Amino acid sequence: MPNDKVTFGFWVYLMSDCVLFAGLFATYAVLQGATFGAPSVQDFVSLPFVLVETLLLLTSSFMAGLALLAARHHKKVLALGALALTLLLGLTFLGMELHEFGRLIAEGSGPSTSASLSAFFVLVGTHGLHVALGSLWMLVIMLHVALRGLSEGTLRKLACFGLFWHFLDIIWIFIFTFVYLFGALAL
Amino acid sequence: MFGTLTLNAFLHGPIETVAQLSVLFGVLAVVGLLTYYQRWGWLYKHWLTTTDHKKIGVMYIALSFVMLARGAVDAFMMRAQQVLAVGDGAGYLSPDHYAQVFTAHGVIMIFFVAMPFMFGLINCIVPLQIGARDVAYPFLNSMSFWLTVAGAALINLSLVVGEFAATGWLAYPPLSELYFSPGVGVDYYIWALQIAGVGTLLSGINFLVTILKMRVPGMSLMKMPIFVWTALGSMLLVIFAFPILTATLALLSLDRTLGLHFFTTDLGGSAMMYVNLIWAWGHPEVYILILPAFGAFSEIVPTFSQKRLFGYTSMVVATMSIVVLSFVVWVHHFFTMGASANVNAFFGIMTMVIAIPTGVKVFNWLFTMFRGRIIFATPMLWFMGFLTTFILGGMTGVLMSIPGIDFQLHNSLFLVAHFHNMVIGGVLFGFFAGFVYWFPKIFGFMLNERLGVYAFWSWIVGFLLAFIPLYALGLMGMTRRLSEVGVEFQPLLVVAAVGACVIGLGMLFQFLQLVVSIRDRKKNPAGNNPWNGTHLEWTTTSPPPASPLNENTSGGLLIAAGALVFGFALVWHIWWLATLGVVGIVALLIVRSFETHHA
Amino acid sequence: MMYLLGAFAVLQPQGSVALAERGLLVSATLLMFIVAVPVLSLLFFFAWRYRAGNTKAKYLPNWQHGKLEELVWWAIPFEIVLILGALTWTSTHQLDPRLPLPGGAPLVVQVVALDWKWLFIYPTEQVATVNELAVPVGRPVRFEVTADAPMNSFWIPQLGGQIYAMTGMVNILNLVADKPGTFAGMSANYSGAGFAQMKFVAKALSPEDFDAWVQRVKESPLVLDHHTYVPLAAPSAAGPAVYYGTAENSLYNTIVTKFTGPQAPAHAH
Repeated sequence: MPNDKVTFGFWVYLMSDCVLFAGLFATYAVLQGATFGAPSVQDFVSLPFVLVETLLLLTSSFMAGLALLAARHHKKVLALGALALTLLLGLTFLGMELHEFGRLIAEGSGPSTSASLSAFFVLVGTHGLHVALGSLWMLVIMLHVALRGLSEGTLRKLACFGLFWHFLDIIWIFIFTFVYLFGALAL
Repeated sequence: MFGTLTLNAFLHGPIETVAQLSVLFGVLAVVGLLTYYQRWGWLYKHWLTTTDHKKIGVMYIALSFVMLARGAVDAFMMRAQQVLAVGDGAGYLSPDHYAQVFTAHGVIMIFFVAMPFMFGLINCIVPLQIGARDVAYPFLNSMSFWLTVAGAALINLSLVVGEFAATGWLAYPPLSELYFSPGVGVDYYIWALQIAGVGTLLSGINFLVTILKMRVPGMSLMKMPIFVWTALGSMLLVIFAFPILTATLALLSLDRTLGLHFFTTDLGGSAMMYVNLIWAWGHPEVYILILPAFGAFSEIVPTFSQKRLFGYTSMVVATMSIVVLSFVVWVHHFFTMGASANVNAFFGIMTMVIAIPTGVKVFNWLFTMFRGRIIFATPMLWFMGFLTTFILGGMTGVLMSIPGIDFQLHNSLFLVAHFHNMVIGGVLFGFFAGFVYWFPKIFGFMLNERLGVYAFWSWIVGFLLAFIPLYALGLMGMTRRLSEVGVEFQPLLVVAAVGACVIGLGMLFQFLQLVVSIRDRKKNPAGNNPWNGTHLEWTTTSPPPASPLNENTSGGLLIAAGALVFGFALVWHIWWLATLGVVGIVALLIVRSFETHHA
Repeated sequence: MMYLLGAFAVLQPQGSVALAERGLLVSATLLMFIVAVPVLSLLFFFAWRYRAGNTKAKYLPNWQHGKLEELVWWAIPFEIVLILGALTWTSTHQLDPRLPLPGGAPLVVQVVALDWKWLFIYPTEQVATVNELAVPVGRPVRFEVTADAPMNSFWIPQLGGQIYAMTGMVNILNLVADKPGTFAGMSANYSGAGFAQMKFVAKALSPEDFDAWVQRVKESPLVLDHHTYVPLAAPSAAGPAVYYGTAENSLYNTIVTKFTGPQAPAHAH
């Protein structure tokens, strides 16, 4: 089975990406207390806002799953539609995150205010950057599907993308729990 | 328009100008020769755009040799400075320039000599040993190689434009932060390693998948040659350790570029966090390098003892234990940072525990020789040199793993002697042995044996002369990285400098060996199996047939060029150029996605 | 001149901590010889005995397993590591640098690594010195080490092991001098262009001489306070020894807390 080489390699890549996030989580855990008088997550977190973000991302992930399912049944239009929804939800999530970042920076609580905020912005922002790159990748895959149909190659791309998108979901759940939820509860 | 880059970046003192000119002349000479002999087309078609694992392997090793010459020049400069800057003498290098030299030496030797040498051997041999047509992703392989080249190019560029980091090879903050190092040196450091590091990570994934998914039918895991096992262990370490390096360097660059506070002294930054993170990568890195060296010896000792390897299963278990254990020892690099006795003792003991599987390997090699018929060809000589020096290095390593002893030896020349013991005597000798052993397979002719023997003896004698005095100097209380030294250290430093020259002689013999062997190549054909090796690589022709299915592509080369532009632009804060670099890379990747014709 | 005094500084201890550390070095080395010497001998013996030219030696090309042998390979290093591990556990706790030493109330010296010089504040005596340290023989000394500079390492080889000097952190190092003498002190961790000159003289004086030394320092008209500290902390290298007859008490705490902000100073772990 020469094809599962690519999928297997992608799993390995995700594992290494996981280590990258582990490093950022560790850094956040160490530095979150170093607020230096600047606001901490507890001061600015709005749980309903983050909950909406979470739901957006989870729904987006669900849509990605649907897209793959549709593609496997050779329903090209349906697959493209689901992908478009996935993209839309992802971009909305990204917009909300950028909005939160923008608000913090405008309030004078940007990433260079304290080590705690540096760690917060970079951990959450790295996830956001992944979402942005994933969105770009999704666009390319949509282009592939539109131009070339659902070949074995595009299906594999779609499967890898699905893995990536679910992976970002899992990372987000960790961010939601350890950064926002624990932050709000001041744990 | 050009960020912080001004004409001043090109202006240096006399010594830097020599370096600048030698880089420029080197590039001009290569360009001139290629043009004169009309070899551009050949170079482009057969090498630059190749995705053949053997050719990529050869290019990795060529890169390693070029950078070895540069790293060695740095070493000679350091030895000369410490001989000249004694007592009231200031030497010929300013303290800042001296610091750039020792930083560049460390970075180059680890990232651009040892790593490419390792990937060169793995590229050449692992696919042959497992009977695979090529690696899992040949295009990615080409891209990884060119990213490594881009990193090396960026480091050499710092000789011409600007300066290099003056911080030591791991760039500990707060010294490496903008406040204490306002120049571009640390930025060159960050981006050179970041670009090469991505290449390494991708290679790690590539070879892991190759080894796990592309073995010839019938070759179960427990039938893989030990070299493949050690490559597998090394690649696992790459996959788990290099993302930590990527993250750490990214955080440092954010501190420096955007004014964040991860490792700064002010606003809550923690330099200790950096030290922990960088060694969480750095210690596994040591094993990434040495495992394949162990693997090469595990091929060489049985071949030249004309006997089967003793204790195969033990070897596999030992290799994999080292992989796991190498992640729980990192604190031994900074026992003196103030951790509690419990923490220090734990990490000290874990460090010793690694000595157990390593010791098992040594015994297995010894008992492979036992009741054999040992032929002392150069690969076996390198093994003898390796084991002799490695036992010494292992002993001093265990010594320093005891925190109470480390307090007195840490940061001294004793430490410097110890890690050179491991990296030269262990890693480099192993790679040299592998190079001499597998050279006939890759090129189809033998290396000149006599010059090889001369090279070996120069290296081992030079090594002992250069580094045994450093052990003594450490016990005398001489710290590392001194641009000026006390007179009482001078005699031993002179001996060390002589040793460095003898090593230089060894390198000269190796160069001559290549030249003479290439000249006499028709007279010394290798045949399929010149050493009577027993693994799969020896059943194919020498050189092995080119893989007919592999495409030629400039994609990897161009993406790496984009990365080089991106890195250079970020060093000098030329934002439009950095954007251009990223857009270029993304565009190339998208175009590439439309080109692929996977089976 | 002073460096001639420390030919093999690490091996010529002048204090009980350095003595214990040397003892550990020697016993660990001897323990490892138990493995290293036989292994090296075997290597050269096998290499000679089983050389290809010696056709008289036994030749077993297919011998590749030996349950017993392999068990022994694993057992030998395991045993040695067991012994060394026990040695490590006990010695690490005994030689914990923050462990107070016997011999009465320690002399407290606050150490600040600056770019590129060492500041020593004697809080009880209310004096301070730069690049010159004096301690009374026989009385334990508690060094409270911090930095207002990149990371350095405070090291007096003949008295005992080193400890890092870091901003916003106080690392404790307890040492004692057993004999009078003048010892080399230095930074062991690279800290920038002036690093090579970041040395100091450590004098171990008899109690009377130490009191006299403190008196001499007190006679200096120089005052170390928040004001005079600023030019002192500015980067400079190869400075001579300086005596401050008066040292402001709160200065050390200010140096530490300016990096920790509103939090309490981080005593290491």
